[in-house]
Amino acid sequence: MDVTLRSLRFRKEREESWRNLEELLDRAERNAPSSLTDDEMLAIPALYRAALSSLSVARATSLDQALIDYLEALSARAYFFVYGARTSLKERAIRFFAIDWPVAVKDIWRETVVAALITFAGALTAYLLVSAEPDWYAAFVSTDMASGRDPSASTEYLRNTLYDKPDGAETLSVFATFLFTHNAQIAIFAFALGFAFCGPTSLLLAYNGCALGAMFAVFASRGLGFEFAGWILIHGVTELLAVILAGAAGLKIGWSIAFPGDESRIAAAERSGRQGAIVIVGVVVMLFIAGLLEGFGRQLINSDALRYTIAAVSAAIWFSYFYRGDRRGLDRP
Amino acid sequence: MASIALNRDNDPGIRSLVTPEGVDLRVRLAPVSERGVALLIDLAIIVGSLIAITLAIGALLTQLKFAETWPAAQIVWMLGFFLLRNFYFTIFECGRRSATPGKRLIGLRVVARDGAALTADAVVARNAMRELELYLPLYFLFARGESIEAWIILAGIVWCGIFVLFPFFNRDRLRAGDFIAGTWVLKAPKQILLVDLTTEKPADAEYAFQPAQLDVYGVKELQVLEQVLRTAEPEAMLAVADQIRAKIGWKTRPSESDRAFLSAYYASLRRRLEQRLLFGKRKRDKHDLS
Repeated sequence: MDVTLRSLRFRKEREESWRNLEELLDRAERNAPSSLTDDEMLAIPALYRAALSSLSVARATSLDQALIDYLEALSARAYFFVYGARTSLKERAIRFFAIDWPVAVKDIWRETVVAALITFAGALTAYLLVSAEPDWYAAFVSTDMASGRDPSASTEYLRNTLYDKPDGAETLSVFATFLFTHNAQIAIFAFALGFAFCGPTSLLLAYNGCALGAMFAVFASRGLGFEFAGWILIHGVTELLAVILAGAAGLKIGWSIAFPGDESRIAAAERSGRQGAIVIVGVVVMLFIAGLLEGFGRQLINSDALRYTIAAVSAAIWFSYFYRGDRRGLDRP
Repeated sequence: MASIALNRDNDPGIRSLVTPEGVDLRVRLAPVSERGVALLIDLAIIVGSLIAITLAIGALLTQLKFAETWPAAQIVWMLGFFLLRNFYFTIFECGRRSATPGKRLIGLRVVARDGAALTADAVVARNAMRELELYLPLYFLFARGESIEAWIILAGIVWCGIFVLFPFFNRDRLRAGDFIAGTWVLKAPKQILLVDLTTEKPADAEYAFQPAQLDVYGVKELQVLEQVLRTAEPEAMLAVADQIRAKIGWKTRPSESDRAFLSAYYASLRRRLEQRLLFGKRKRDKHDLS
């Protein structure tokens, strides 16, 4: 065999260590990394650096394109393995709830205020319109969603919808699941819409507020305003806050793309996008809690006082969790 | 960079990714077509899973008492649908290969644009945008309406088109999700170490090329020759062999096969060019007279 060719000799000398790295990566990616022994785990970075140096040498001295292609693919694969994050799910979850999520939420407080104002403006508009002219109701609340709770319903019927006795616990869990998936979908949608320069997100938030304001107007016109608010707020504190936060994360993205400030547009978009993603994962968790409160709590708890207490306590918990002192110190090791 | 093969320098799909060790990995962007195919595979898996869940629930319902299992069945289906729609992509891309089954099959992976570790929040961000780029257009596409509604749907489709076609309007082929997450999708080919062509047949004395016969070509031609030999198409080999024979004034022997001639010439040319490379001279192509 002709081994006087330098590049071929080079390949013969190193080939085994490349194959070795390839095999370790195969196993580490297919099974959990724990299937490798400690020695094997430690060998990967060393073999990776050897492959990188082979790549440099090959580029400088070998004209075998197939060899260079192989080494590029192998080095890139090993690079992503060696420099990929290696935190366990548990560590990540703890860090998320202790630092990442509250910090991200606190960071977008301006957008949160704007999103809340848009929602309340929607609610107020719908309330005034429906109070003045009940025909407006159909424009804000679809017949599906109203399910009989419209201006033509009797006061007795409306009262019953607030204190209905549930049929059984099982249907409640179905209802809770439906509410959770439905609301979470809307929250994610509101976030994604932010990409289109805030407009659609604002409309969605306003529409969300409109439905609320319109229904409140109907109940308030029968003297059931206080009872309706209790019925809404038991879960609404959590749910509304979650939707407002999702909208705020969307607004933040749209705003940073439109007005990136000192950063480049792409860097600003990236920062707000990743921050928004943290917020949105938390929002899904909040909506899960809201779904439980709405599906179970609201149907099982019929006392106004208790409903208001739960609403107040959940508001206190969320606000102190998100907006209490500075957590950034924790962020730095 | 002088050390990089010439025929790839002008490739618009190559991006540099410099490792902390200072080596440029020269990664390759995934073409939009391949990403589209990967997406179709993933959508097929999602729809297939939904059908499987539905059938499994249906089968269970016929076996068990309907009233008792119906609520549980509804919950499983709703949660299954929600998780598949929103977290199928996220969960797989958070995994060790940073790729959904579709991407893995096609040989792609998601990578942070700055080359750092791909974080979970970036993956969540890029996939939350699918709501706008994938599900909303699908919704509009299947929506039906008359008169004014039809116009609204049409306007919706046009509007969504901006997000769907986003990857075609930037040079890194970013979709909106990649844009806000700081990621891009790269090719992650299965690396296969092909045989070195010079080991194929020892260059015997029969094929002794003169230095002048070797100096007519450069690296670019060598790599084209490598391609021809690896593809091994008889017609291409005949054409290339004839061209080289004419150029170097080679007298064809009666029993000489094209492949043997090309192999021998490849080995000699590569030896010659690599020798010059060691002295810092890279003859780029036949026009390079250095």
